Amino acid sequence: MLKKKLVLSFPEKVVTKPITYKLVKEFNLVFNILRAEITSDMEGKMLIELQGNDEQIRDAIDYLNNAGVTVQEAAKDIMIDMDKCVDCGVCTSICITQALYLDQKTGKLKFDKDKCILCELCLDCCPVAVIKVNI
Amino acid sequence: MAKTIEEINQKIKNGSAVILNAEEIIGYVKEKGVKKTAKEVDVVTTATFGPMCSSGAFINFGHSDPPIKMGRVWLNDVPAYAGIAAVDVYIGATELSETEGMDYGGAHVIEDLIAGKSVKLKATSHGTDCYPRKEIETFITRDTINQAYLYNPRNAYQNYAVATNSSNRTIYTYMGKLLPRFGNATFSSAGQLSPLLNDPYYRTIGIGTKIFLGGADGFVSWVGTQHNPQKERLANGTPTGLAGTLAVTADLKEMSTKYIRACIFTRYGVSLFVGIGIPVPVIDEEMVEFLKVADEDISVGIFDYSVQRRNKPSFGQVNYRQLRSGKIKINNKQVQTGPISSYAKALEIADLLKEKIQSSKFYLTDMVQPLPLECEYRSLEILSQEEL
Repeated sequence: MLKKKLVLSFPEKVVTKPITYKLVKEFNLVFNILRAEITSDMEGKMLIELQGNDEQIRDAIDYLNNAGVTVQEAAKDIMIDMDKCVDCGVCTSICITQALYLDQKTGKLKFDKDKCILCELCLDCCPVAVIKVNI
Repeated sequence: MAKTIEEINQKIKNGSAVILNAEEIIGYVKEKGVKKTAKEVDVVTTATFGPMCSSGAFINFGHSDPPIKMGRVWLNDVPAYAGIAAVDVYIGATELSETEGMDYGGAHVIEDLIAGKSVKLKATSHGTDCYPRKEIETFITRDTINQAYLYNPRNAYQNYAVATNSSNRTIYTYMGKLLPRFGNATFSSAGQLSPLLNDPYYRTIGIGTKIFLGGADGFVSWVGTQHNPQKERLANGTPTGLAGTLAVTADLKEMSTKYIRACIFTRYGVSLFVGIGIPVPVIDEEMVEFLKVADEDISVGIFDYSVQRRNKPSFGQVNYRQLRSGKIKINNKQVQTGPISSYAKALEIADLLKEKIQSSKFYLTDMVQPLPLECEYRSLEILSQEEL
């Protein structure tokens, strides 16, 4: 089983098609929508996590490409410079999925990357600017 | 049985003093009781590490040749106040750079100096017979300047507030970024570790008390600004919101960037993370009653920072244990919480101070004068001369 985070961009002309439905139905993928939004230029964007075997994922990506959806690997990553972090924890109040949290005993900041949905809300909240997005 | 500071210092000297941090004392009292604790424990170390805007440094640069009476002064393009003697200035933590705006400020100058980095000094003057030079531009470091010491008019707030946002837009405050519709709530206190919450009636912490400030040995130099001891209190003595404050001072040249850090709150501005540690002598049983205070025993008010007024609407009180759990309830809605002060750093400072006392490198002092338990807390009204 493979796990893959992908960013799908749906141009305006395909947003009416039931593409996500087909992705589940025809390719038998385990599928988690981490984030979905319509950008100001009416393009749909979706961050998804796919789970399946190599072939299933490849076929699904081929299908998406043919349907006019742009597929990119979610290469972005939230990076935290823990050496410079002061463990204040203000970012933990903003992190919707609680990927960022404070260890209850030591009070130190922890980051669970698997839970991060790249919403980027934390980027401009760090008072010592140690949270960066890595592209 | 009461203990004097002199007796405690004698124990510190011969290495027999028993020292706990303000977190450890809680369990100790639970296990052994107040009486036994008062007998066995000599010192409890308290600490805090949070953004404290009311901070800054006095610097004396030394005299140039020919000398200058500095009129306007910039350090890395951040204005410093020079309306005192010839080469004395005060650089405030929140002052912003004239070239970089909110990306760099007085706090960064202070951090850079402590780090040993070079800082550009520029000054202008009208020139006098005794100070003929009208301009100077040079580079300084911590080691080339004559003197530098932090003088922070208001630090170590005895409790604070919880900030949240009821409006429909994200707001950017000194309490951090607050998401719309109660999207989050932030708070700022070391709670059970915090100095003035462990000595709520200022029995041992007063003017002249020796403290740990930013890595150096320092002192409580005066009553902090906005000191408000008459804030309502719980039965355990802790105030339920903004109360006592301290003015503190120490030599900048002895500080470490581990315990003093510049910070930026997006769209608000620059501030300074200040680390303070204060040892509390266990003088008697009453002191143990105060020192045993735990996060769940300290209450603080939740306020709506989207209301741009002096008095903000309150959503009731919570305690620090609830706040530290990461979730509280506001208007029956679950809201994520996060501190802007660092408990981990506060704990590190409390332990460092403990170690220093244990190894006889830090002795306790008697205060010279207590902080007032009564004083007025005035607001600024906009009045004409006739209305005064």
